[in-house]
Amino acid sequence: MSEARIIPLHVDDEGHPQWRSGGQTNGHTNGHTNGHANGHTNGHARPAGADAGTDPGPAPEPATEATPPAWEEALTESLAFLRRRFSGDYAVDDFGFDADLTDNLLLPALRPLYQKWFRVETIGMRNVPDSGGALVVSNHSGTLPLDALMTAVALHDDHPAQRHLRMLGADFMFRLPVAGSLARKQGSTLACTPDAERLMSTGELVGVWPEGFKGVGKPFRDRYKLQRFGRGGFVSAALRTGVPIIPCSIVGAEETYPKIGDLKPLARLFGAPYFPVTPLFPLLGPLGLIPLPSKWYIEFGEPIYTDSIGAAEADDPMTVFNLTDQVRETIQHTLYRLLSQRRNAFLG
Amino acid sequence: MTPSVVLVTGVSRFLGGHLAARLAANPAIERVLAVDTVPPPRDLLRRMGRAEFVRADIRNPLIAKVISTASVDTVVHASLSANPGSSGGRTAMKEMNVIGTMQLLAACQKAPSVRRMVLKSTTAVYGSSSRDPAIFDESMTPKDLPSGGYAKDAAEIEGYLRGFARRRPDVSVTVLRFSNFIGPRIDTVFTRYFALPVVPTVLGYDARVQLLHEEDALAVLERAASEEIPGVFNVAADGVLLLSQAIRRAGRIPVPVPSAAVGPVSRVFRGARLVDFSPEQMRLLNFGRVVDNGRLRRQFGFSPRWTTVQAFDDYVRGRALRPVIGPQQVESLERRLLGAARSLR
Repeated sequence: MSEARIIPLHVDDEGHPQWRSGGQTNGHTNGHTNGHANGHTNGHARPAGADAGTDPGPAPEPATEATPPAWEEALTESLAFLRRRFSGDYAVDDFGFDADLTDNLLLPALRPLYQKWFRVETIGMRNVPDSGGALVVSNHSGTLPLDALMTAVALHDDHPAQRHLRMLGADFMFRLPVAGSLARKQGSTLACTPDAERLMSTGELVGVWPEGFKGVGKPFRDRYKLQRFGRGGFVSAALRTGVPIIPCSIVGAEETYPKIGDLKPLARLFGAPYFPVTPLFPLLGPLGLIPLPSKWYIEFGEPIYTDSIGAAEADDPMTVFNLTDQVRETIQHTLYRLLSQRRNAFLG
Repeated sequence: MTPSVVLVTGVSRFLGGHLAARLAANPAIERVLAVDTVPPPRDLLRRMGRAEFVRADIRNPLIAKVISTASVDTVVHASLSANPGSSGGRTAMKEMNVIGTMQLLAACQKAPSVRRMVLKSTTAVYGSSSRDPAIFDESMTPKDLPSGGYAKDAAEIEGYLRGFARRRPDVSVTVLRFSNFIGPRIDTVFTRYFALPVVPTVLGYDARVQLLHEEDALAVLERAASEEIPGVFNVAADGVLLLSQAIRRAGRIPVPVPSAAVGPVSRVFRGARLVDFSPEQMRLLNFGRVVDNGRLRRQFGFSPRWTTVQAFDDYVRGRALRPVIGPQQVESLERRLLGAARSLR
């Protein structure tokens, strides 16, 4: 079984801290030869949970060796964080981005989902610049925009410069009570030209999902088929600010909540763009909100440099359409390639 | 070019009154006419020194006589009111704001001596909604036109002023869109709001708040009155505070109120004369509003001396707000917890 894994696929994935498929192979050989640990037998029975079983195993051991300083440091840090929160002693940028909250609360909350549940592997992180503005353009899928959140975690945790992704979101999100304000604090802003250009010209890494609701809410049978890419507003914004466009392809998000139906009247009642029916939701109620543990790959493609094209071309619809198509084709082809290399949606 | 005769409206309130005082202190200015329907408080009147208080209603055509007989060359219209409570109800406020401005502009149009017009407007004209960009510049217009209240008044007044500028191209027109004022001395809805021991907020929303220190506001008004800088300018401090952050910095306790209950709660506060919150100000608490002050820096040549955070802290210090939960208490609790944890080791 371990020989059958297609490991060479991700050879170009440089600087990745954890080689998760390698860890899994170890777990299996151990299980075969010794068969002593519970975690390994579990991993054998349910391969999907194998990572979740084996990964935390070795992790606490170094922690216990250095226990007193480690937990005390953690406690000091979290108390300092709480003190800052209680006295309002932190900085927020004009868009409402709260780096203190994002780094200390929101990203750590997403990390288990990123590392253990979806076992995200990033490819081509070197294509994302260490500094300066850039526009990450990605496919959108999965009923709930988990792909956007995972991309943000990837760019912070797996990028050497620990970049914060400033996402451009739909106005619907900002209308929502809790999600809207959290999205702002996490660094999102409304997907509109003034905001996008302002962020990119101040050297921020901006993320955009041009398919919008058409992409994130598409039925499961249309999985990995890119939808229309809006009106190319993201391309003209990049042209005007002269930042590179980085195509980003996400595989795995489609399987988190396979949308097999849409309850239109309920959607209209809540003012939402769709009310999804997945195999587990609303059948299992809140339990149905747990995403399926699909295996994710996030690949950042070669940047498309726009500074050589010139800002004047931003008003030329033909240039904008051609560039939009180029980005779209790149993402679609990368998706097909990643899919053809993937064995199983849950095992990778 | 320094003006020789300045007319300032709305002098019974902080900005108008102090502006008149500052202008009166400038020996280059010949006369300062301070107009309002009610006389300013005595200490403010004393500060105004040689400024002449004219008790007049700008809704009355008599204002035209004041302007023409004194041959006023600069008019600073600073009487726009945001609080229906202090101006005798919403109807009276609207009449004072809109009809008063129309009369004033009509009088100015007829007066050949008028050379400069300065309007104290508000960033509320941009509205506040989930569909708006995060940062407004002067060229943007709101997605939804303000449906009522102060914001609508201000938008209408700016419209009338544009009409005036077309009919009198020889007059230099300056529109200053101020964000919410804060400071140790000024009395606004915001200063009262943050002085409450428990501060009601909208559940699930955390607005971005951009403020302007009262001294910066006065300096901008004074500069606009004494120099010819036509145009529309956002006047706001740098930086942003989140509403929850501001409440904690003031040591207050936020009490989130569900959106549905916001209306009744704000009515209670209005009835109790604690804070006079109008519906559009409640919307501001949902989404907040941030403007770009780049044009103020570049074209107007003014950089606010206080950032939003500094202005807010100055307000908290200046008002000597006794925090319900002070930073010292939080810090001592942190130290005690850490000490307890260390002793466990």
